[in-house]
Amino acid sequence: MTAPDPILTLHGLRKAFGATPALAGIDLSVESGRILALMGANGAGKSTLVNILSGSYAPDAGRMILRGRAFAPASPADAARAGIATVHQSTQLAGTPGLSVADALLLDRFVAADAPLFVTRSSVRRRAAAVAAHAGFDLPLDWDFAAIGPADQQMVAIARALSRQASLLILDEPTASLSAREAARLFSVLEDLRARGLAIIYISHRSGDIERLADRAVVLRGGRIAADLPRPIDLAAALNAMIGRPMDSLAAERRESGPAVLEAQGVVLLAGASPIDLTLRAGEVVALTGPLGAGKSRLLAAIGGAAPIVGGTLRLCGKPFRPRSPGEAIAAGVVLAGPDRHRSSFVPSDWPGGSVAETISLPHLRRWFPAGFLLGDRERHAAEHAITRLGIRAAGPRARLATLSGGNQQKVVLARWQAEPTRVLLLDEPFQGVDVGARADIVAALRADRGTATLVATSDPEEALQLADRIFVMERHRLIPWADSARFVA
Amino acid sequence: MSDEPAGELDTPSAVPGGSVPARPWPAVTRRIRQSGLLLLLAAMVAGFTRADPAFLHVANLMSVLQSVSVVAILAAGVTLTLAVGGFDLSIGAVAASSVMAASYAMVVWGLGAVTTVPMVLAFGACVGLVNAGLIIWLRIPDLLATLAMNFLLTGLQLIPTAGRSISSGLILPNGESADGVFDPRFLAIGRLRLGGVLPVPVLLMLSIAVALHVLTQHTRFGRLFYAIGGNEVAARLAGAPTRVLRLCAYVISGTLASLGGLVVAARVGRGDISSGSSLLLDAVAAALIGFAVLDRRYPNVFGTVVGAIFVGVLLNGLTMLNAPYYTQDFVKGAVLVGALSLTFGLGRGSR
Repeated sequence: MTAPDPILTLHGLRKAFGATPALAGIDLSVESGRILALMGANGAGKSTLVNILSGSYAPDAGRMILRGRAFAPASPADAARAGIATVHQSTQLAGTPGLSVADALLLDRFVAADAPLFVTRSSVRRRAAAVAAHAGFDLPLDWDFAAIGPADQQMVAIARALSRQASLLILDEPTASLSAREAARLFSVLEDLRARGLAIIYISHRSGDIERLADRAVVLRGGRIAADLPRPIDLAAALNAMIGRPMDSLAAERRESGPAVLEAQGVVLLAGASPIDLTLRAGEVVALTGPLGAGKSRLLAAIGGAAPIVGGTLRLCGKPFRPRSPGEAIAAGVVLAGPDRHRSSFVPSDWPGGSVAETISLPHLRRWFPAGFLLGDRERHAAEHAITRLGIRAAGPRARLATLSGGNQQKVVLARWQAEPTRVLLLDEPFQGVDVGARADIVAALRADRGTATLVATSDPEEALQLADRIFVMERHRLIPWADSARFVA
Repeated sequence: MSDEPAGELDTPSAVPGGSVPARPWPAVTRRIRQSGLLLLLAAMVAGFTRADPAFLHVANLMSVLQSVSVVAILAAGVTLTLAVGGFDLSIGAVAASSVMAASYAMVVWGLGAVTTVPMVLAFGACVGLVNAGLIIWLRIPDLLATLAMNFLLTGLQLIPTAGRSISSGLILPNGESADGVFDPRFLAIGRLRLGGVLPVPVLLMLSIAVALHVLTQHTRFGRLFYAIGGNEVAARLAGAPTRVLRLCAYVISGTLASLGGLVVAARVGRGDISSGSSLLLDAVAAALIGFAVLDRRYPNVFGTVVGAIFVGVLLNGLTMLNAPYYTQDFVKGAVLVGALSLTFGLGRGSR
């Protein structure tokens, strides 16, 4: 990797939405055979930059030079033809259930204007195998797209992006939904692609990914480049540049906790799975980490009344507890914020109930408005209180959720469940798409709640460390205490 | 959500919310879209009054309102099912079979208004209950379940009279003659004008409109209805009894449809087998035009009732100007296409 040539050079790139600049002059060169990590909090301008490179937006000012020629893509298809391959965050969109992996690999060929009208199974399979081989992947071509794991779906998206002679690959948070083992497989694929001379822009919040992969890290803040760090990457400096203030030692301190609130004894989540014992105490934060599909979400859903348990007992404050619905669990003071806030917590932003205040009040309507009529200021006050307490950046209680960044949306979810006292707070992947600054605020708010037992499922061990008094690793429906946590807490 | 530009969540400009004050143009167009249909309604009333001053007479306005009252009552029920993310296509048949049921009860069984009215309303509620059962417990998609129910009831109402319309002196399938008559108190539901001015159907329409508007916009039940329609998973995880509330929406919709049928029967004074034929599509059209009123883009009772009145004013005015009756459906369709384009097409970029 000596004297790499810049494949893409950006000069003074600017883009504003209305009066607010999203990019305030970016000068950057991207070299082939290198992995460039693009870091930045939400709102720093990462997505805008990617959208310009991939042809979705046109810049307001500035020049782009790709392989020695001026580059001004008019559309995503235009950018793809010029050799920029973009893999977006939600790779489920790369295919649909009912479509085979081979079909998904060729999807953009099918929609091309010059595609043949009739295709045979064997020709699809042959061409799909060629696409996978070009990327160097071994994919189960005959499987249903929905049946393969998120890592394989990611590979499909990458292989498809690469099938058009790409010279620059852009990946947006590719490990967001991958387990550690799946991520490791993706990393070796990317290292292989790098060795073949591809330039890669890798967007991630995860320090582990960046430590392992990146040859260089560029940190954006407020639409400018705040730091440009060579390998070995000084992660502390990168994080400090990202949030604009120094980050304290990561791991949370373990504290005294109160009486047992929730006791799970021999809880079996699925027939044949091993029983789980777990005690949650008031005023402590317990984190569950481990790969996807290990049963973390299912355990949380079972405690929160959203999924049945097969065997064992749950006790809440000493009394048997067996909620049949989330409503029953909420009435008992056990609340669950599911994964993927848009799917599990929000209504569409332009639908009634899509404002900050209405989102917070939804589970509390019966208590706040016992007569049924939505009179008085209760809802507005609760939202104003939450906006101040959690530092939610929103225009006010009536702001629509879509106008909030991911981190602020997640704070609204937390505000919903902290608006009334609860016994047990269950959070499933609360930091998806949440920037470092907002994450720190959420962690502080969770740890400050001394009356509640909090259980958080996260597939990112670093998040668990930053957050929890106790950590369990969950693997195949078994809880393993984080034995060597002392090493991190030091 | 899909209307947002892809990068919005990542730009600071998104945070202050809503419009960008630096550019007045989108604000103006939004204002126009919000009040567009109401302005158009006012313009239409002014235009028709200019063409014929009699248009603005109280008697004519009341006859416009009376002509849309049944459609508006049905449409308010549909709006509720739309709010919970469903759809009730059985309302037309419920109304039609309620016309037949009410007539049969009085003419064949000789019952009075006091028994007939609750009985028919209970029939509508039962149909709503069955719809809810098909949709919620058997998990049949709402459109299919209620369309099937529409067919079933359309056929069922013909069976007791062997396909004949019901009036006094009806010859039953067994050869006997039915000698009951319509209870005058029942006929008053469709024909009485309170104080000589306000027809009972208009009063019913306005009361239902106000009641359902308050229910959907100003009570926690309405909030939960919309939460279910917006994201049922999220509503359930927030503790809402989603099944019970969806069931309520279908029961209310069925009951209102049978009320609409009672009004038709009381106005016509006979059990006409073809009385409900256009009600379903008219009511659905009113509910969809309602999306455009105030540019809400979601089902809302106020918009629905305004939508029904809008169509009524247009048809009444055109009839007054001697437009032939057979152009009516074309006019309704044009209004619907126009309103939907206004709502979903033109304003997309600036939201």
